[in-house]
Amino acid sequence: MISLSEIETTSKRATRAVGFSWGVAEEVGKNMRLLELFGLSGVKNLNEYFKSYKKENYKSIQAFSETNEASSIPYCPIELGINFLDQVTFIEKFQKINFKNIAFPILFLPFLSRSSEALGKRILCKIDQKEFLFNFNQTIYSNYLKSEILKNCELINISFLENINTFSQDEWEEIYKLSENTFVEENESLKKDAAGAGLTDND
Amino acid sequence: MEVQLRDPNEIMKLSRLGSFHQSKLSFLRSFLKEFKDWNFKRSLFDLDEKGYGVAVYSFSKNERTYSLICFANKISDYERSDRVIATKWDAAFTLYDGVPSKLDIDRLKKNVPKQEGGRLTYKELTLSRANKSIRMFNHVVENLSNGIQPDKKLLSEVGYLYRTTAVYGSGKFGLADRFRIKNRKEIYGPFRLEMMLVYLVRQFTFDQVDHIAMHRNPKKAVKLDNDVSRNLGIGNSTGLGMAPFIVNHPTLLNNWILARETALKKVREIKKINKNQKDIFLSCLKKSLKNISTWNTDSEYQKNKINDLLKDLNKLFTFIEIFDFEGDFAFNKLYLWIEKNLKDECIEYIVSMMLEPYDEIVDPLISGMSSEEEKFFNIPGDRTIEDLRNILEEKYNNILKIDFDDKKNKRNFWFISKNKEEPRYADRYKEIGADLEQPLAIARDIKRLYERINNQKNSLPIGKFLNENNDLRHVVRRAFIIEKFPYSEIQDNTIGSNVIPIDMLRLKLSFFGAVKFDPRSDKWLRICMFQGAPLPNELKNFDDLWVYNSIN
Repeated sequence: MISLSEIETTSKRATRAVGFSWGVAEEVGKNMRLLELFGLSGVKNLNEYFKSYKKENYKSIQAFSETNEASSIPYCPIELGINFLDQVTFIEKFQKINFKNIAFPILFLPFLSRSSEALGKRILCKIDQKEFLFNFNQTIYSNYLKSEILKNCELINISFLENINTFSQDEWEEIYKLSENTFVEENESLKKDAAGAGLTDND
Repeated sequence: MEVQLRDPNEIMKLSRLGSFHQSKLSFLRSFLKEFKDWNFKRSLFDLDEKGYGVAVYSFSKNERTYSLICFANKISDYERSDRVIATKWDAAFTLYDGVPSKLDIDRLKKNVPKQEGGRLTYKELTLSRANKSIRMFNHVVENLSNGIQPDKKLLSEVGYLYRTTAVYGSGKFGLADRFRIKNRKEIYGPFRLEMMLVYLVRQFTFDQVDHIAMHRNPKKAVKLDNDVSRNLGIGNSTGLGMAPFIVNHPTLLNNWILARETALKKVREIKKINKNQKDIFLSCLKKSLKNISTWNTDSEYQKNKINDLLKDLNKLFTFIEIFDFEGDFAFNKLYLWIEKNLKDECIEYIVSMMLEPYDEIVDPLISGMSSEEEKFFNIPGDRTIEDLRNILEEKYNNILKIDFDDKKNKRNFWFISKNKEEPRYADRYKEIGADLEQPLAIARDIKRLYERINNQKNSLPIGKFLNENNDLRHVVRRAFIIEKFPYSEIQDNTIGSNVIPIDMLRLKLSFFGAVKFDPRSDKWLRICMFQGAPLPNELKNFDDLWVYNSIN
């Protein structure tokens, strides 16, 4: 088995070899480590992407809007991803953002995962029918488990999720009440002798 | 009294980093302390009469076992090479996670001796190979088989029977990735399992000479005396492969240096030194002279440094005769004197000695010498050009003064050789390949970045600046790292005509705990590890100052 360290180093060098800068290559190396760690097919997609990289002249993006469309030439997932990550604090204000026509969208995913960590917010991403929930770069929840090459996608829909509870206040109170059963009821004697007894907070 | 940490602009210069010595913080010393209550066992020793075959050694505690698997092979003299281009070695080793089965050993037998040409799995943690010092090895076997101990004086010239030529870990060639072991409770710091491998290899070398001698002359042969064994270490030949590591791991580098600097600062802040502390310092200082007097090298560069060290130590001993250790802040006063009067090699030598009496200062710093590098990898795109400019001006002040239009300041380049995938260093005006330069010319690229942002608006977010400037992305990242980690960067030009690359190796090796740096050129050197260290069966109770107890 190829180690994650080998995957990172080799992907980094390959990225540089096709013409990206070393700084971008470092990002891609880290991304491939992440994808493979999370069980997504990073190397397979990167390899295929590089085969078409020079001839396709994929499109970059400079400024983001709520809907971004890459005309007939698809977006480069690496340049899009880098710019997304670099500007995510500005992009977040859209709450939702769409990209139409992206090449090899799997390669864009680790940038979203890292953006989730940078923002401290979960990010939900839908690539056509495939869903990915990025949890602060700790885990990726997905309904997509295929190890395949995704050459293109028509639409990527990204939502920045607010940090809200997944449960109701009633549900919280219910479980909190149960937790109270681990506490000891203090009688008068305990109240007198326990740590802090006799002091006021103004001491 | 509060003492300031030493200035990174001074400490992180290559000439200073290339003068670092082993200390209490060194990984091989930490390793021995951390594993002293583990159970050592030689579980397999299947060598033929010439000493070729397989051996397994292990350290175990509770449910955990680490096993060194050794493969000793016959090679011809003409095949023996310390260079990385070698394809055969006298012995090859891997540290296995657990107790290897026969199937594991059979699998590894086909791969470990091939080193870079073989494949390992996540069950193997580290990988290495070593060659005999033929002169020493034969002398020892010859003497033991004749019933006598080897000549200690001769052994002291070299200090080991074998020298390793590479020790790999962290996912190389399929080995276990670091994430698999980094959270284990027994792993307190970097390179522990690499140290374990080297330590166990050392024991194998002793067992192997005993075994061969016994087979050569069963009636007369004796075993290598423990005192002699203890004063033999393991050699290592190290080339440029190690140099980029310290550039590529800035937060790790910071944490190593910061631990040393913090320890020194705390020692200098001690108001009163007690007699025991003073005695330990002076005893280490005096005993360590033996290590210097047996520090052999043919390198004029290193000979000069050793001569300077000895001269400076003589100055120091004269000064110490009248020095008042009972006065307030004695170590601070002593430090200020050495900083003013002695050269780099001796300054850093004394710094190491000053840490020796203070377990309570040094030990808590050891666990901070690892780094979770991923945490600091992302570039903060919402920061501004003004922030970046301020960082560059504050943290790279000396580097910004270097004139990179001057050819001599950019004469060399770092590259990866195609045949061995190893880092190399060459003159860009004489050799081909500069177009494939590795991103290790940090000083040059920082200067480029500084010039590039010259006309940018202060308020421009870094994320937007990078849109058009990703060619300098690698140094933008570093600038935001050094902002938090002051010792993360070599404050020097790594491509100038007067760079001595082995200074970078020496820095790393000193943190490993190596001694007797012996440069063989400006690009590779030999060192010795574990010389004077307790033997495995002595670990339960040993003197932590063993490094100064060598009889050689």
